[in-house]
Amino acid sequence: MAKSIQRFANPARFMALSGAVLPWAAAATALTLSIGLYLALIASPPDYQQGETVRMMYVHVPSAWLASAGYASMALACAVGLIWRHPLAFASAKAMAPLGAAFTFLALVTGALWGKPMWGAYWVWDARLTSVLVLFFIYLGYIALWEVIEDFGRAARATSVFCLAGAVNLPVIRFSVDWWNTLHQPASVARLDGPAIHSSILTPLLVMALGFTLLFVVLTLVRTRTEIMERRAASLEMQQAQAGMIVGAHNG
Amino acid sequence: MAEYFAMGGYANFVWPAYGITALVTLGLIVWSVRGHRAVKTRIAALEARANGAEGS
Repeated sequence: MAKSIQRFANPARFMALSGAVLPWAAAATALTLSIGLYLALIASPPDYQQGETVRMMYVHVPSAWLASAGYASMALACAVGLIWRHPLAFASAKAMAPLGAAFTFLALVTGALWGKPMWGAYWVWDARLTSVLVLFFIYLGYIALWEVIEDFGRAARATSVFCLAGAVNLPVIRFSVDWWNTLHQPASVARLDGPAIHSSILTPLLVMALGFTLLFVVLTLVRTRTEIMERRAASLEMQQAQAGMIVGAHNG
Repeated sequence: MAEYFAMGGYANFVWPAYGITALVTLGLIVWSVRGHRAVKTRIAALEARANGAEGS
């Protein structure tokens, strides 16, 4: 009994809290992205080596960051779901997957567009590029697994195990530029000795990264709410179908 | 203005990068909001049916 109360009480609290936060978070996202775009496309100078192509960094790096951070959040939600058997955790992981996959796709495409003028090729089988492509396929695998298993509980457990196994790819992505001699440059923002790029370029990058992250959070909240309501709709349908059968039995 | 849009000769790379990003992120927003509206309508219809059944 206590367990069943806990199961329903927490999604209810989540629905109330997320409903209150969402309008503000959406407004903050729109504002941050507007400022970020202004800085990225108008206020910031061209790079002294890369010229105007540096502007692609302001969409490429935040997408790539969300590709990995999104997966890490998803894996965390899956672990919480498996350990505490919390439906809300599974629902949020399921909600995040298409978002993470979309940002991984963007990281790959904007990276290709940046690679052509800078490296002379849209694509190379470099360790960083390859491990991010693998990440994209892991996202697709996770999404497909949810689709093929009908029962929510079974699908939640299977997809979570799959998601946690896929997380071994994250350190490979992070350290691929150090472990292998890659064409992709090593980290220049998240370094132990501080960022290695000039503030005129770092500021628009950080604002865009914040804007992308806020967008990810807002869409995750919306999609998690949708997921919880889908389950409620399914249980209402089940109840009505059963009630209909009972009424049918009485009448017959 | 034309010089700005030329992006130092890299217009063919810079603008498609921003274009695809805008397309995909706007697509995610529209898709997520539509999904939310659809389930709201579905629940409203189910609840109306349940209340109607109780009333009769």
